[in-house]
Amino acid sequence: MLQAEEGDTVLVKKGVYKEANIKINKSIALIGEDMPVIDGEAKGEIITIGADNVMLDGFKIINVGVSYTTDYAAVRVVNSTGFVIQNLELQKLFFGIYLQKSNDGKVLNNKVRGEAVTEFNSGNAIHLWYCKNVEVIGNDVQKVRDGIYLEFSDNIKITNNISKNNVRYGLHFMFSNNNYVINNVFETNGAGIALMFSKFMEVENNVIKKNWGTASYGLLLKEVNDVNMINNLFIENTVGITVEGSNRLVYSNNDFTSNGYAIRVKGACYDNQIINNNFLYNSFDISYNGRINDNKFDNNYWSNYTGYDLDKNGIGDVPYRPVKLFSYIVNRTPETIILLRSLFIDIIDFSEKVSPVFTPDDLMDNNPRMKLIQHDRN
Amino acid sequence: MLKILKYSFYDLMRSRWSYVYFLFYLLLGIVLLFLNNDLSKAVITLMNVIIILVPLIGTIFGVMYYYNSREFTELLLAQPVKRSSIFLGQYFGVATSLTMSLIIGLGMPFVFYGIFNSSAIWDFSLLLITGAFLTFIFTALAFVIALSNENRIKGFGYAILLWLFMAVIYDGLFLMSLLYFEDYPLDKFSLVATMLNPVDLSRVLILLKLDISALLGYTGAVFQKFFGTSFGLILSFVMLVFWVVVPTFFIWRIAKRKDF
Repeated sequence: MLQAEEGDTVLVKKGVYKEANIKINKSIALIGEDMPVIDGEAKGEIITIGADNVMLDGFKIINVGVSYTTDYAAVRVVNSTGFVIQNLELQKLFFGIYLQKSNDGKVLNNKVRGEAVTEFNSGNAIHLWYCKNVEVIGNDVQKVRDGIYLEFSDNIKITNNISKNNVRYGLHFMFSNNNYVINNVFETNGAGIALMFSKFMEVENNVIKKNWGTASYGLLLKEVNDVNMINNLFIENTVGITVEGSNRLVYSNNDFTSNGYAIRVKGACYDNQIINNNFLYNSFDISYNGRINDNKFDNNYWSNYTGYDLDKNGIGDVPYRPVKLFSYIVNRTPETIILLRSLFIDIIDFSEKVSPVFTPDDLMDNNPRMKLIQHDRN
Repeated sequence: MLKILKYSFYDLMRSRWSYVYFLFYLLLGIVLLFLNNDLSKAVITLMNVIIILVPLIGTIFGVMYYYNSREFTELLLAQPVKRSSIFLGQYFGVATSLTMSLIIGLGMPFVFYGIFNSSAIWDFSLLLITGAFLTFIFTALAFVIALSNENRIKGFGYAILLWLFMAVIYDGLFLMSLLYFEDYPLDKFSLVATMLNPVDLSRVLILLKLDISALLGYTGAVFQKFFGTSFGLILSFVMLVFWVVVPTFFIWRIAKRKDF
C-alpha cells in the first residue's frame, strides 16, 4: 500500500490482518475482497484517512482500543473531502466511523454492532464533527452509545438508516443546522432522536418506536427552531416527543400510537403548529405546563375525542381539549403520578374537560376530526 | 363454625346473586378479550374494574347478606352454637363465594384464551389475588358495619360511604396533601399513604407489574425499588392480610357482646 500512487486502487485479499494505526495519506481506493478482517488488537485507532477522495470498501474491522482520554475510532477521516466509506462491518469498537472537519463525503451501508452497556465507556457508531454536505445512508447501527452523532455539522442527509438498542440516543444533533432526517428507523434506544440547539431541520417519514423506560423519549427537542416533522410514526414510546424552548416547529401528518405521553411540552415553546396528526391510545395526548398557549392545534384526529358531528362534515362540532388536568398536576408535583388510573383522577379529569379551570382554555383543537387520517406514506 | 361456613357457602352458591356476579365477570372477561385481542391490555382494563367494582360489590353484598339472613341468624343463636362461629362462618361463607365467582368468572375466559402460554400470567394472577383480598377486606368491613347498625338504611348508607371514601375520597385527600406539601420530599409520605388504603395498594401493586409503570418516572422508580424487593412485596401482602384480620377481629368482638 505504501507503493500506491495517487488515484490507484488497492485490492486486499481475504484473510485476517492484525494491524493498527494504518494511515492513508494518498487518494486511493482501498477495497477488500470477500470481507478481509482487520484486527486492531485493541491497540488504539485502526484506520486514519488524511487525504482527499479516499474510498474504503468492504472490510470487517474489529477490536478498537478503548480509552478514556482519546476517542479511538475504527475509521477516522481528518480534514478531507470526497471520501466514500461503505460496506464496512465494525465490531468490538469504541468509536466507529469518526469524521472530523471533513466535507462532501458519503457513509454508506455500514453495519456496526457494538457491545455498549454504559455511557461513559462506549463511543458513537457514526460521529460527525465540523462536517458539511455528508450523506449518511443505509447504515445499520446497534448497541453503541449514540447511533449517529452530529456536532457543528451542517447540510447532512441522513436517510434509510436503522439505529437500534443504543445506550443513549439513536440519533443525536448538537449545534447542527440544515439537516435532513428521512426514512430512518429508531427502535429501543435510550431516546430515539435528540435534537439540541439546532435549527432548520427536516424530519420526515421516520419510525420511532419502543423507546421505553423511565427516562426514555422518542424525540427530544431542546432549544431547536424551525423544524418540520412530517409523516413520522411514534409508537410505544414512554414520551413520543418532549419539547423545551423550541419555536416555529411544524408537526404534521404524524401518527402517535400507544405512547405514554404523545407530546410533552415543557415550556417556552411558541408559534408551533400541530396539524393533521393522529393521536391514538396514548395515556396522555399533550402535557403542558403554564397557562399561556401560543401554539396551534388544528385538524388532528384524537382517539380520546368524545364529541359529535351533527352536520356530517367529518369535523367534530365540539372543540377537543388535549390537556388533561391530571397531566397538568403531574407536571407541577411529579409525585402525584402515583394516583394514575385512580377513580378520583378520572372524575376530576372529566370535570376539567367540561369546564376548564387550570389548563389553558385556548389550548384546544377547534376542528378535531371524526375519523382516522389515512396518511400517504411513500 | 365450619358447618355454618359450609351452609352459608352452599346457600349463596345456590342463590341468584352469585350467578349474576359470576356471569357478569364471565361476560366482562369474554367481551374484553374479544374487543382487545391483547392479553396485557385486557389486564389493564380489568384492573380498573377490579379496584373499583370488587370493593363495591363486596361491601353491598356483605351488608345485604347480613340483613337478609337475620332471622335465620336469630334462630341459630337460640341453638347451642358459639356466637363467634356463627358470624365468622357467615362472613367466610360470603367472602369465599364472592371470591370464587370472581376467580372462576374471570379465569375461565382467560384460560380458554390461553393465559397459561402468555407472559401476562403473573400479572393476571396478581390481579386475581388482589381481587380476592379486596373481596375479603370489604366484606369484613361490611359485616362490621352491619353488626353495629340495627337500622338497615343506616347500615347501607355507612357501607356505601365507606366504599366511596376508600375508592374516591381518600385519593382526593391524598392528592390535596401532595399538592399542599409539594415543597417537601414526598416519596416516603406517598409510599405510606398508598400502603394504608387497600384499594390504592392494590392499584399500585398491579400498575408496577405492567408496562405503564415506566410512565411513573422518578416516583415510580422509588416505588419500584420498594415493591420490587421481596421485602416490599411481603410487606404489602402483610398489609392486605392485616386489613382482613383487623375487621374480622372486630366481627368476632362485636358478635360476642352484641345483644339481640
